[in-house]
Amino acid sequence: MRKYQSFRVFKEKISFLIDRKALAVVVLLLFVMAGVFIFSTGTGEMKISPINVVKVFFGGGTDMEQLVVQSFRLPRIIVSLMVGIGLAVAGGILQGIIRNPLASPDILGITGGASVAVVGFLAIFSDESNALTVSIQWLPVAAFAGATIIAFLVYFLSWKNGVSPIRLVLIGIGIYSLMKALTTLMMLLGPIYQASQANIWITGTVYGSNWSNVAILVPWILVLCIAAFILARNINIQELGDDIATGVGSNVQRYRFLLLMVSTALIGGSVAFAGGIGFVGLMAPHMARRLVGSSFGALLPASALIGGILVMIADLIGRTLFSPLEIPAGVFTASIGAPYFIYLLFKTRNG
Amino acid sequence: MLLKSNVQKWCGLLFAAILLLLLMCVSIVYGYTDTTWKMAVDAFTAFDGSNEHLIIQSVRLPRALIAAAVGASLAIAGVLLQTITKNPLAAPEIFGINAGAGFAVVVTVTLFSLSNLQIFTWISFLGAAVSFILVYIIGSIGRDGLTPMKLTLAGAAMSAMFASMTQGFLVINETALEQVLFWLAGSVAGRKLETLLSVLPYLIAGWGLALLISNKLNVLSMGEDVAKGLGLKTGMLKIWSGVIIVLLSGGAVAVAGPIAFIGIVIPHLTRAVVGIDHRWVIPFSALFGGILLLIADTASRFIIMPQEVPVGVMTAVIGTPFFVYIARKGFNK
Amino acid sequence: MTANQAISTKQLTLSYGDTTIINELDLEIPKGEITVFIGGNGCGKSTLLRSIARLLKPKSGAVLLDGEAIARLSTKDVARKMAILPQSPSAPEGLTVLQLVKQGRYPYQTWLKQWTAEDEEKVNNALEATGLMKLKDRAVDSLSGGQRQRAWIAMTLAQDTDTILLDEPTTYLDMTHQIEILDLLFELNEKEQRTIVMVLHDLNLACRYAHNVVAIKDQKIYAQGKPEVVINCSLVKNVFEMECEVTIDPLFGTPLCIPYGKGRCILKQERLSRNG
Repeated sequence: MRKYQSFRVFKEKISFLIDRKALAVVVLLLFVMAGVFIFSTGTGEMKISPINVVKVFFGGGTDMEQLVVQSFRLPRIIVSLMVGIGLAVAGGILQGIIRNPLASPDILGITGGASVAVVGFLAIFSDESNALTVSIQWLPVAAFAGATIIAFLVYFLSWKNGVSPIRLVLIGIGIYSLMKALTTLMMLLGPIYQASQANIWITGTVYGSNWSNVAILVPWILVLCIAAFILARNINIQELGDDIATGVGSNVQRYRFLLLMVSTALIGGSVAFAGGIGFVGLMAPHMARRLVGSSFGALLPASALIGGILVMIADLIGRTLFSPLEIPAGVFTASIGAPYFIYLLFKTRNG
Repeated sequence: MLLKSNVQKWCGLLFAAILLLLLMCVSIVYGYTDTTWKMAVDAFTAFDGSNEHLIIQSVRLPRALIAAAVGASLAIAGVLLQTITKNPLAAPEIFGINAGAGFAVVVTVTLFSLSNLQIFTWISFLGAAVSFILVYIIGSIGRDGLTPMKLTLAGAAMSAMFASMTQGFLVINETALEQVLFWLAGSVAGRKLETLLSVLPYLIAGWGLALLISNKLNVLSMGEDVAKGLGLKTGMLKIWSGVIIVLLSGGAVAVAGPIAFIGIVIPHLTRAVVGIDHRWVIPFSALFGGILLLIADTASRFIIMPQEVPVGVMTAVIGTPFFVYIARKGFNK
Repeated sequence: MTANQAISTKQLTLSYGDTTIINELDLEIPKGEITVFIGGNGCGKSTLLRSIARLLKPKSGAVLLDGEAIARLSTKDVARKMAILPQSPSAPEGLTVLQLVKQGRYPYQTWLKQWTAEDEEKVNNALEATGLMKLKDRAVDSLSGGQRQRAWIAMTLAQDTDTILLDEPTTYLDMTHQIEILDLLFELNEKEQRTIVMVLHDLNLACRYAHNVVAIKDQKIYAQGKPEVVINCSLVKNVFEMECEVTIDPLFGTPLCIPYGKGRCILKQERLSRNG
């Protein structure tokens, strides 16, 4: 079988070269994702068989099943999926433009900016009795603002006749440390109640997601993912280094800025609704690279799916394993992801 | 590179050493309890059992010594890690050392309800060592042996895993959070001299070994193949580096908890000052690390008096602007 | 300005920080020929090549491509006319040869049009020309040095430009592969009249393959022209600071530079008189 398949329609107005193996992996991941989605929806206090879950999706099932699935489970599962996708794609983009395998949403300080904003928000808007004086609905806004401000700050500080990857990442890590320090400081200064609330947020949880979250997050993530996919060939070029990219006619600085904006928006959206879920942004792209290779056309969708699957499973474990206790999903993304990643690291050492 | 000739470098080294000593004195004299320089001298020459003298002898002195030792150790560990992984972002905290130590401490607090600093010392040393050895083994399995890429990725993965499991324990157990939050922020306060003395042999061994292999690191930094061609046993060197890293960063985290930033930033700062020769980078990093931590620790007492800011926070607050400046100016030029 | 120049520079000054590398240089590179920059280490020949490829902004002056200032053209337009292969490029882990070569089509693609029949044809031609067809699914980082260099050259070929710039394309290659790469470039020039500009270290290979050599010394052009006209003892002495004898290559008739210096002399005659 040939490894590649050319795809051309509309008199070549649309044409792609498709890597068959990568396509197969992506399709497989899509099925896994659907499977996890259905299984997770059916699992919890009340067990629902996969067939019934599908029935419920199409308006069937008992009223009780409808209620549990519609109002409790679906929103948080969809949010998990979206957050996983968002972080993984953002991480993939960052690793591509920075050309460093350690690049991730955390290390550029973007997630850290959101953490500071959230801890600050909890501290500023709490009264004497530790009750919030404004609606908790504003928390995602604060997180998003924090992430965006820091991303711009890092970009601005790295600018000097353009932004070089190494400067970006070094300044990013400086700001990251500063943000982490500020977060710790504010947690220490505030009452312990706030510290533990903030700690849950920093770990990352999708607990309490509702349909209005879904309504914001889904279009946000999907639009940005499409943008990322459109820009994929520019990441491919940047991965070859600035000289080559300029040589083949890519406007390196413009696309670096655009790509950075797309990943910031993805990270901002994700942390706004799920907090600082770690590991996914760092490791999902590495896993994807080992499954589908280095071309971003395949790498981004594969990372997205792996990220979504990881966070969905992590949340499933978090809400069922120690039930009735809720463990934030962020605890398990790394615990289940790391062993699998290490396995992949060895399986593919034959090149 | 700021200091070019060898004479300049020796002078720089001397100057940095004097600055370090001076800062240690400052750290001993200034704090919440009002003390004077004379009291500090008297505390050692003519001890009269007064409250001030007690504080100077049993609180301030250990604290200054710990800050200097920990800062130096973390900086050297950072240099070694960045050299063997060839990654400018490498630092003890990224290789699971802090995360492993943190995890060990949190597990001890949660499962055995132990919360005494002396026990934390050994538990965290153990956690750090086990975690780094694990990372090292994972990074070395496979036909091509230890590659910088595999080591880096394994470190990042393990680090994320331990960190998230630590968070998990803390989310379940709120009291534990209260007990370990200060430890997790990293601090050199409230430690007895014995704490330092118990790990000091390991730290000194680490410093000495680091200086001994500094010449070999120069060869390694020219590239794996070149180094092998020059007759360097790169595998052996990496194992020794691993041992030193465990001794230094394990010892540091045991005494002071996870203090980030120094391990990553100081090596870059040092290279901006003295260039890339490890025979200079290692001693200079040690002094700079100690200096930064001492300044941070002394400053941390005055920000929100009478409370103290964790020193891990202060290092980042003081170091970041400086680091950003250096990063913008360009390294190695 | 005639149509015979592919590239020219006007009063071009290049510098890194305060250090001037090239000073007010006027250079004309003829169309359809092979031009080679020669000069000692650090004389600025690579810097000049990089600035011609717009990888380095000039401090003052301009680079003209087909008579138009390169800074005024869109970078994509430039990429359709001129390809550059920098020194020792690196590919990400696991990238296959085909994926790499395909990147050369970047200036012709849009996000929906990423693989037209033309793209496929040009990529296949490039793979064919470099003899990499059989290796196209191998990872670039698993190839030997010569194969890897050919893969990068294939990428610049796929760019399908009239002009190709190469910065020391034969570095790290053994003699067989050096000749192989240069033959390939020579053929491209012969058959398709592509303009080739490169930096080469080996003076003898430069003389053999170049129609036109540009010797650079002290921020300026020391000499420019056909190798058989400009290469002689005094040029080598002044540009490379080396004593040598220039004879004629017995196979090709091009200048052949034989350095003086030490070494085993097994000739009976006392020919190495100049060095005593």
